[in-house]
Order: sequence, then C-alpha cells, then structure tokens
Amino acid sequence: MITSPSPPVPIEVAGLSKSYGRQRVVADVSFTVRPGSVTGFLGPNGAGKSTTLRMMVGLTTPGSGRVTVLGGPYAALPNPGRRVGVLLDASAQHAGRSGREVLALSALVMGLPDRRADEVLDRVGLSPAEGHRRTGSYSLGMRQRLGIGHALLGDPELLILDEPANGLDPAGIHWMRTLLREFADRGGAVLLSSHLLREIEVIADHLVVIGDGRVLADGSRQELLTGVDGGLETLFLRLTAANAREDLS
Amino acid sequence: MSVLSTTSTLPGAGRGKTAGDGIPFARLARAELRKLTDTRASRWLLAAMIAATPIVVAVMLAVAAPRDLTYSRFVDFTVTPQKLLLPALGILVMTSEWSQRTGLVTFTLVPDRRRVLLAKATATLGFGLVVITVAFAAAALGNLLVGLRHGDGSWAFGAQGFGEIILVQLSALLEGLAFGMLLRSSAAAIVAYYVVPSVWSALFSTGGLKSIAPWFDLNQAQGTLYTPGQITGTGWLQLLVATSIWIFVPLAAGTVRALRGEIKSA
Repeated sequence: MITSPSPPVPIEVAGLSKSYGRQRVVADVSFTVRPGSVTGFLGPNGAGKSTTLRMMVGLTTPGSGRVTVLGGPYAALPNPGRRVGVLLDASAQHAGRSGREVLALSALVMGLPDRRADEVLDRVGLSPAEGHRRTGSYSLGMRQRLGIGHALLGDPELLILDEPANGLDPAGIHWMRTLLREFADRGGAVLLSSHLLREIEVIADHLVVIGDGRVLADGSRQELLTGVDGGLETLFLRLTAANAREDLS
Repeated sequence: MSVLSTTSTLPGAGRGKTAGDGIPFARLARAELRKLTDTRASRWLLAAMIAATPIVVAVMLAVAAPRDLTYSRFVDFTVTPQKLLLPALGILVMTSEWSQRTGLVTFTLVPDRRRVLLAKATATLGFGLVVITVAFAAAALGNLLVGLRHGDGSWAFGAQGFGEIILVQLSALLEGLAFGMLLRSSAAAIVAYYVVPSVWSALFSTGGLKSIAPWFDLNQAQGTLYTPGQITGTGWLQLLVATSIWIFVPLAAGTVRALRGEIKSA
C-alpha cells in the first residue's frame, strides 16, 4: 500500500442517504475529500452534517449509497485509528477518567507506546497536571484540545473533525488553524465541519455546503467565493435561504 | 507525528510498520480490563468489593457463634457483598459506553462491535474471577484464625462448592452486563437489576405460582447452589430455565441492540 504510486482517495461519498422513519436526514449526498486539502463541511443545524460523518466511520448504517475512506469501507481498515483521526464530539468522554488516561487507553488499543499520550498532551498544549485531571472538570476548550489530540494520536493521514473549534478561545482557534494547515500542507486530508464561517473561510481550500440533507454547493473556495461580496457568510446565507424557499414552494 | 514533523514528506509515513496490522484480541481485552479500574466510579466499586471481604471476616470472627466458624460459612458471608456489587460493575462496563458516550471513540477505533463486546465480557468475567478468589482467600484466612474463638474450623467444602459459587457469581456479573447492554442507562439498568427480580420473587411467592417459582425465579433456582452438592437433576434444569429468562434472553437482546443500533453523541 505504501509503495502504490497514487495514494487512495481520502474520502469519497457517493449518493449517500439516510432516513429516520419518514424523515429524510441525508438525501443523495456526494462529494470527495482530496489529499493535501482542508474541506469545510457546512450547513445549518439539522442539515445532516453529523449523520453524514457518523456514516463515514461506521457508527450509523447508511440507508443507501456508500462512503469509502482511504479506498474502502471504514470498517475494513484493520486498525482505523492509525490512519484516520476522528473527533465527533469533544464532550463525549467519561467524566471520571483523566485526560491522559483517555489518550493512553486509545494508544493501547492502537498498539502505540504509553508515552505517546504525553507527547500528544504536549502537542495540544495541555500540561501534565491538566492531563491528570478528570475530564469532567475540563472546560469545553480543554475538551476540544484533548479531542483534537486524540484525533492526532495515531499519526493519521486523514482527519474527520466535527465542530473542533467550538469552545476554543481566539488563541486556540489560531492554534488549530495552523495545525490543520500544516497537516494538509504535508499531504494529509482534513474534513472539518463547523458553524464558524469565518474560520472555515480562512482554513478551507474546498467547501461543501449542505442543507436539509442535500448538497447545496461543492467547490473550491475560489470557485465559490469569487465575486461574492461578504464572502462565505453571504454565500452561506444565500444558499440556505434559497433552499428554505424551495422547501416552501 | 510524521504528518506534522519536518522530517517526513509522506503523510502517515509511519504506518508502514504496524498500522496495517489488525488489533489483536488480547490487546482489546487489556484495554477493556483497564477501563474497569481507571475511572473514579469504578475505583470506588472495586475498593468496596475488595474491602468488604476482610471486614466481613473480621465481623464474623468477632460475633459469630463458634460452631458457625467454618470455611463454608465464611465463604457464604464473604461472597454475599460481592454478589451484590459485581453486577453493578457489569452494568457500568456496558452503560458507560452509551451514557458517558465513550462508545463514540470505542466503536470508531474498533468498528467490529462484536469484538468490543466480547473483549468487555472477557475482561469483566476475568476480573470477576479475581474478585471471587479474594473472597475465597479471605474466607480461608478467617478459618485459620478461628482458634482465637475456639471455633469449629471445619474445612468441608469440596471442589463442587467452589464451582457452584463461581457459577452463581459469574452469572450475576453476566446478568449485569446483559442489563447494561439492553438498557444503556446506568440508572435504569441498576433499578431494573435490583428491583425487578424482587418484585418477581414476591409475585412468585403467592398462591399457585409458588410451586413453579424455581423455574422462573433465578434466586430460588440458584438457592440450592449455596449448599455444596445439594443440587439435583431437576434443580439443574430449573437453573437452566431461570438463567435463560434472566440472563440469556436479555444478553441476546442487548447484543442485537448494541450491534445494530446507531452510536450517537446525543
């Protein structure tokens, strides 16, 4: 796999749909995440972002369509944590477990040495003392740092992050932006969902906007934002408003 | 961190060495074993289970009648607090993945959920065996000290006695795992585990139901196991039926739910 001339496509979503009862949450969604790029995944609340991300990593079964991660189904990766870093909800940690232990446990599962937990704590700016505190006592910003660190733990080539900037202070957001940019510049791929349009605008090379489970726009930042006064925010509001009007008619 | 370090150009260049290998079951079981003792709640539970045994032994040595100071009686009393607490451990092992939402990480790192559930069961039952051994050892220690009170000190117990106690205790643990997997909420599972069987027992102690109770009431079906060598052929059959109702059926339903269900954050 290492010697193959062309690296596998990080993420390919093709005709993905999911319904709960009669409600269609994700409707025929297709897009691609390319190596060496940061793809911003945007949409209003309830647009189907999180459901799409969960289907990507096998936590939710797709109704129809398919997602391939690094060339195949996610579940077929023998040790997924070593190739894909995933952060779906930074608050989804056992409140009674220490931050360091969260990392050490996953390092054990992935077959990494225990000291990797300390390296990662350091990498995301959590002190050893903070690492030994229970995550129940963490601020949201600290949880996000721990979550991002957890995603980086296995030295992956692909990151899937749901709202990682939530709760980070301006310095934290700057830190994360730099980290993701470096990651992509070295050939890694990032899929990043966020409500923080300004941040996405600065970080992402590629944008996928969804609303009501459908893809409303998919293109490079340049393609989508050239000539749009007010940038991503204007584009986003225009797309989601148009989508809402369509629903009414 | 090859992607972030300056020395490497290929993303994930480090993966060639080991990342392609799967995750051995032993490693998974070790991680699950570690989860049993690395949170505050689990440490308290563990401390309570371990500490209860010597306390029980000490109390017995102090107050029990000399003729009751036998190995069999010591075991009776040391396993009782554990029988109460082991299922809570089983419940928390399962429910925390949902109620604390750690399943989001657990099942992302190991997409084959069957392996995770099997690792959890293996780790928990193995851990249970250690705890039961502590009870047997504490009972032995107590029986060595009965001279202090001129106690009976009889060692009559038998291999079957050990087997039957282990069976009862591990059954309770398995029942906890099943209830946890099925109900997913710690509160609901704990209430269901401790309350429903009592109500059930009360129901089966009335009128015509009383005669068939050993078939449906797990506590009654297990009752004869506490006295070594007393269980009969019918007794084993009753145990099998009651165990199916209280353990195998919830275990199967819980497993299906865990394998098919969606792992969500909220």
